[in-house]
Amino acid sequence: MSKELLDSKDMDRTITRMAHEILEKSRGVERVCLVGIQRGGVYLAKRLAEKIKLIEGRDVPVGALDIALYRDDLNIRKEYPAVRQTDIPFEITGQVVVLVDDVLFTGRSIRAAMDALMDIGRPARIELAVLIDRGHRELPVRADFVGRNIPTSHEENVEVEFLEDGGKDKVVLNQE
Amino acid sequence: MSETGQQLRNKDIVGIKDLSCDEIELILNTAVGFRDVLRRDIKKVPTLRGKTVVNLFFEPSTRTRTSFELAAKRLSTDVINFSVSASSMVKGESLIDTAMTIQALGADIVIIRHSSSGVPHLLARHLNASVINAGDGINEHPTQALLDAFTIMEKYSRIKGLKIAIVGDILHSRVAKSNIYCLRTLGAEVRLIGPPTLIPEGLIDPDIEIFHSMEEGLRDIDVVMMLRIQMERQDRGFFPTTDEYFRFWGLTLERLSLARPGAMVMHPGPMNRGIEIVSAVADSPQSVILEQVTNGIAARMAVLYLLSGRRG
Repeated sequence: MSKELLDSKDMDRTITRMAHEILEKSRGVERVCLVGIQRGGVYLAKRLAEKIKLIEGRDVPVGALDIALYRDDLNIRKEYPAVRQTDIPFEITGQVVVLVDDVLFTGRSIRAAMDALMDIGRPARIELAVLIDRGHRELPVRADFVGRNIPTSHEENVEVEFLEDGGKDKVVLNQE
Repeated sequence: MSETGQQLRNKDIVGIKDLSCDEIELILNTAVGFRDVLRRDIKKVPTLRGKTVVNLFFEPSTRTRTSFELAAKRLSTDVINFSVSASSMVKGESLIDTAMTIQALGADIVIIRHSSSGVPHLLARHLNASVINAGDGINEHPTQALLDAFTIMEKYSRIKGLKIAIVGDILHSRVAKSNIYCLRTLGAEVRLIGPPTLIPEGLIDPDIEIFHSMEEGLRDIDVVMMLRIQMERQDRGFFPTTDEYFRFWGLTLERLSLARPGAMVMHPGPMNRGIEIVSAVADSPQSVILEQVTNGIAARMAVLYLLSGRRG
């Protein structure tokens, strides 16, 4: 069973609001860069950058981060995850890195992402932007910018689909 | 919630011959992520903490052993180098006993090089640990072919349809054999160039063209893959002298100009400058010989990761 939580218009409005919040907090885009976690986070980071460009008229650097090599569940998984590309073609040391992911759940991906970032450089600050916060944290992680808070049960699963991935923009709640 | 990757079917990599096209592509795609790691200031990831890798080398090798050692260390494994002169093989212990001992020490992956063809296959059958062939006799050297394919992909973004010439002593070359399997599986047009005494005709796939002249063979080629003349195996008169070998089969700028403009020049090393290749070619912008060395670490990291990551 599945239920559509956000359609493409809802998603667009939410992303617009998040872009405004990022600008508000950092007072512009000076020293700000966006790093999306593969793969949903990368699409979202690019969308945020487009919105920031529309609002502020400035380009913010956008990178992609793969966290497969930093996961904490490698030894208990049935098999290892696919390794995707990390592509951060700019200096992150001394910058404000806004880490971007589609869904925030246990917080374990974010821990892995922060470790991965630290091996690449030493940001002045790391902030976290997520489209959906579905709760159930297992680590002390909190997002700075949240699109929607959606309380879920463990049996449910939130799926964010992007146009870029061949579907259309929507957020779906699946019941197992 | 992240998607799981594809898997390798076997616990070992003993030859390219046993890998499917999908498996080779999986390894090459995985290597891209590791090449990124090698370009950073901190060239190490915590991924395989707690795993133990043993380099079991029965033949002298500095490059391949060092490359595997670095690959394993950059994945945070513990690496032990076990070389034949220091081992109890000299005390008469059998090959399998040595390998079983290494397994009992807790090795998860055993990397083996041996002068006899088939030794890695034998060990793979006896050990629960994964076995990686780092070169067995004149049979295969699979990770060399994988790093070569990765290096070609970096430049051309494809292998299918490329015209690739392998030049030199095909007969004694495990590098050539692994490359032939790998490049053919990925859809390249492969040509072999060399003296008739050093090309094992009849053993080779009929789709592979054989040339006994550099001038004819190099025409329209996208990639020239040179092989090392193995001095240690030339005691039976496969060619008269190294001077004569150079005159007929050495890669010079003039001969390279017969290939496609900008054709890529590869060599697995160590090079015999002035015998199979002149310095002007080896050091030219068309040469990717040093990129091959760097990519070797990425390709081997990919293999170590994928073998560690497969279950049951």
